[in-house]
Amino acid sequence: MTMGESIKLRYDVNGEDFVTCGQASEDVKRTLKGIGIPSATIRRVSIAMYEGEINMVIHGGGGVAEVEIFESKITIVLKDTGKGIADIEKAMQEGYSTATEDIRELGFGAGMGLPNMKKYSDEFAIESRVGQGTTVTMTINFQEDA
Amino acid sequence: MQLRDIVKILDAEIITENDDSALDIDVHTACGSDMMSDVLAYVKDQGLLLTGLVNPQVVRTSEMVDIVAIAFVRGKRPDKMTVELAQSKNIILIGTQQKMYQACGKLYAAGLGNRP
Repeated sequence: MTMGESIKLRYDVNGEDFVTCGQASEDVKRTLKGIGIPSATIRRVSIAMYEGEINMVIHGGGGVAEVEIFESKITIVLKDTGKGIADIEKAMQEGYSTATEDIRELGFGAGMGLPNMKKYSDEFAIESRVGQGTTVTMTINFQEDA
Repeated sequence: MQLRDIVKILDAEIITENDDSALDIDVHTACGSDMMSDVLAYVKDQGLLLTGLVNPQVVRTSEMVDIVAIAFVRGKRPDKMTVELAQSKNIILIGTQQKMYQACGKLYAAGLGNRP
């Protein structure tokens, strides 16, 4: 990548399909590997985005993931048109979840998704309107492996 | 510890089709959980995941945190699609009849993940 250029990626996240969920995160992981981003950074990006993708499927009814890779950082925008979050402060608490028993049986819904996404991001923003949907924006700076 | 040792300790069968040399891979740490969010929250430099869950998201979660092998406990076995997904990502799947507590205890006692 030369100075000033960026790589833009866009994915439709199918809200009906728990089985294929995670493919967008996998593709981003592959892309970052291909351009030689250090592995610890790739792991942070992968976890944050994958949690977001899972959220889009279990809560948001699917949506769109837009990713832009710059020279020294990546931005990930996850936008769904689902039911929205009534109390964002509560949703950000570790252990708080509105996921159903079915989702818990699949290994998710522990109330760690949003806290994890925030933890692994350098910048994290969430906007939500009940009945209209949720948009999460994350920026992760590229760092050399320690 | 090599994956080969883990297979022996857990009396496990190998589910994915791998070259025998794949079992030479070094595993430094392990994590036992049925909650994938916990795996994503606490895991670092992970080697082995022990779980009783068998859906494809177990494989995807493992890929995100660079887990190299998954041991299914309590005699659980994943379906063909999940096995193929793991195969395509070079994640080795093994299965044991042992319960989670026993499997984790045996590996810990054998030195996996308990040495600083």
